[in-house]
Amino acid sequence: MTRYARSFVMVVIATLASCGSSTQGVPGTTSADMNATQTVASVGQASAAADTQSVPSPATPAGNTGALNVFAAASLAGAFTELAKQFESANTAMLRLNFAGSQQLAQQIKEGAAADIFASANQRQLAVAIEAGRVGAGTQQIFARNRLVVIYPQDNPAQLTQLQDLAKPNVKLVLAAEAVPVGEYALDFLTKASELPEYSAAYKQSVLGNVVSYEENVKAVLTKVALSEADAGVVYSSDVSPEVAGQVGRIDIPDELNTLAAYPIAPISDSPNAELAGQFIEYVLSPEGQDVLAKYGFIVDDGAGQPTASSVKQP
Amino acid sequence: MPSRRPVRTWWLSLALLSAPLLLFLCLPLVALVLRIDLLSVLMRLGEPPVVQAISLSLLTASLATLIALFAGTPVAYLLARWSFRGRGVLDTLIDLPMVLPPSVAGIALLITFGRRGLVGQYLAEWGVSLAFTSAAVVLAQTFVAAPFYVKAAMGAFARVERELEQAAAIDGASPLQVFRLVTVPLSRTMLLGGLVMTWARALGEFGATIIFAGNLPGRTQTMPLAIYLGFELDLGVALTLSVILLATSFAVLFVVKRILAQSVPSGSL
Repeated sequence: MTRYARSFVMVVIATLASCGSSTQGVPGTTSADMNATQTVASVGQASAAADTQSVPSPATPAGNTGALNVFAAASLAGAFTELAKQFESANTAMLRLNFAGSQQLAQQIKEGAAADIFASANQRQLAVAIEAGRVGAGTQQIFARNRLVVIYPQDNPAQLTQLQDLAKPNVKLVLAAEAVPVGEYALDFLTKASELPEYSAAYKQSVLGNVVSYEENVKAVLTKVALSEADAGVVYSSDVSPEVAGQVGRIDIPDELNTLAAYPIAPISDSPNAELAGQFIEYVLSPEGQDVLAKYGFIVDDGAGQPTASSVKQP
Repeated sequence: MPSRRPVRTWWLSLALLSAPLLLFLCLPLVALVLRIDLLSVLMRLGEPPVVQAISLSLLTASLATLIALFAGTPVAYLLARWSFRGRGVLDTLIDLPMVLPPSVAGIALLITFGRRGLVGQYLAEWGVSLAFTSAAVVLAQTFVAAPFYVKAAMGAFARVERELEQAAAIDGASPLQVFRLVTVPLSRTMLLGGLVMTWARALGEFGATIIFAGNLPGRTQTMPLAIYLGFELDLGVALTLSVILLATSFAVLFVVKRILAQSVPSGSL
């Protein structure tokens, strides 16, 4: 009997040990980023990147193998997957994409994850990497911006034509919860609008009275509008991806009411593939790369000039 | 004496082997309770979001349980008493909502009863819109929780001896009278157990609710939803509701087990 017990103990210990080691890579992939837009892609990619994370810092000095670890914000999943594919076919490079919430990526990079490039959804998280000494100050470039849009189902059941219509009675509006960044930005938009003469002072109150649900993430807002369950929703313009563009219509929110999120990209300073990393960043900023981002709903600057960060409100 | 030692070692090793899982299951619950202080929980009990979530949860879970009782009893009796082709398939179908991820249930409900759904599009023509209403919460809860009652009731009815029912029938009782006066009283405790399990499951329903009914305080935001979203905004509210749910669930399960232990051999729940 004791022999069985002993072998049982061995099994238990082995199981516990393997659990312990596998959880090391998990933090980046658990607690889903509420801002995540391409969850399916990000889960798959993040688990792949979890392996690289278990490698201690700095990044493995494996020589220039032509492989890049790109840590990118979850909302970039669609666009960066396509960018990576194109870059790979044009170069002899292999890109490993790790999509997660920017705050998670920043923590991973801070903890020494083997990254070569960090593309963040905001400056705040890039600053975390700079403070940790993994990104050189001033090496970041804004490569895209995101903004809020109002969307409605293609058949427009509430017959919305302008932002004022959101305050009409019986419009079923879906917002993201306040804890979700996009939900917070949507409230900002309503507050700002209520102060303008084109909108009634009770605009925010009336619109909030129309809210039928505060969703847990921006993707849920999109889905409920695309399914035509709700009459309208507020999402990022990049959420209106080519796949859903046929299912929803959009009403743009003017700049003065909008919150523009700026996306910075920067090479990791101790990357062993600095040259290749620089090439990929160049590609993202090139007209070709910018076209891809525009296709996925990001706002890019016309022409090759680099956008200035000063006109952009930091989220 | 020597013959006792292996036995004692055996039990000792069993206890040691049990410890990791028991600790793993209990520690998070203990942590939850340790993290809050009773005073703040009691104070938060009066806050509107907490009150709204609790009352909505109690109301919807009770309605879902009532629906399970009235709609589920005939199903359970039918399946327990009548064998017919396809009975096995039907039986499995009833199990399905219990094992499906609730999010699947939510999507299924949405594409059935939503505004463009299989049934919902006709309801919409009559001006009935279910999504984002408290009724949707009840439907979501009924969908995932009713099978618990149906399965318990099936088991209960199957245990009732047919001879007793037949004897009553010979004495001139109508089938309804047999059911009401013989079958139900004999299976009462297990029926009650099933109802309480259904109620508890409905109270904890999250995935199907948030997908089908959405999340609006006072209308569709039940306790589990308030906990999930409160976790990011106000940890205090989330903790308070978590502890309330924990205490309620523990009390419910404990009471059910006590009730069942009186009539049924132990280990069946």
